[in-house]
Amino acid sequence: MLNIEKKAQGRNLNIALEGRLDTTTAPDLEAIVRGELDGAEQLTFDFAKLEYISSAGLRILLAAQKIMNKQGKMVVKNVSEEVKEIFEVTGFSDILTLE
Amino acid sequence: MTDKAIPQELTLEAVKENLSQVMDFVDVRLEEAGCPPKVQMQIDVALEEIYINIANYAYNPETGPATVRVDVSDEPVTVTITFVDHGIPYDPLAKEDPDVTLSAEERSIGGLGIFMTKKLMDDVVYEYKDGSNILRLIKKFN
Repeated sequence: MLNIEKKAQGRNLNIALEGRLDTTTAPDLEAIVRGELDGAEQLTFDFAKLEYISSAGLRILLAAQKIMNKQGKMVVKNVSEEVKEIFEVTGFSDILTLE
Repeated sequence: MTDKAIPQELTLEAVKENLSQVMDFVDVRLEEAGCPPKVQMQIDVALEEIYINIANYAYNPETGPATVRVDVSDEPVTVTITFVDHGIPYDPLAKEDPDVTLSAEERSIGGLGIFMTKKLMDDVVYEYKDGSNILRLIKKFN
C-alpha cells in the first residue's frame, strides 16, 4: 500500500509518500514522475511516512533525479533511519540531496 | 520457541501480484520471533528482490510455483529464508556487482537489487539441486 499526496505551488511540486514503495506500488509513482514533472523547477519528496523502499522504488527516484538535474532541483526530506540505510548501501545518498 | 501450529512454509504461484502475500507470510513470523524493525526492513528488501527475480525469470514466459520457508534458530537469533523454484537454473549471485559510486547520469539500475541483498544479509547461499533452484537468505537479529 502506498499513498501519494501531491501539492503543486507555482513551479514547486511536493510529493509526500505514505506506506511502502515496492515492486507493486512503484508504477503509481512512476506515472507521476514520467508524466507530471513538466515545468517543475523544484521537486520535494517527503518521506516522513515512507516505511519501506526496495530497488523498484530506487529506480523511480533515479529517474526523477535525472529529470530534475536537467530542469531544476530535487530534494528528499524526512528520511527514516531504515530508508537512509538503503540509500547508503546503494550509494544513493551521494546521488540524492537529503534534508 | 516458535509455535509449531503456525506453518513455516508457503507455496504459491510465482507471480508479482503475490508479493504482498509472501511479505505478509514472512513478516508475521519475523515479528513473532522478535525481529527489530530495522532488520525486518532489510529482510523485506532482500525477500522482495529474490521473489521478484523468480517471478520474472524462473518460468518465463510461463509461470510456476515457488516455495518460501522461514526458519528461526537461537543464540544468536538467526532467521533463514529459503526459496525453492523448479524453473531454469539461475544463480543470481553470479551477477557482477554494480558500481555504486557513479553519478545519477551514469547510473543504471541493473543488478542493484541483488547487490543490496548481498549487502543487507549476513549470508546468501545458492544451490541447484534435483531440478530446483534453492536460495537461502541468512540474517542475524543483532
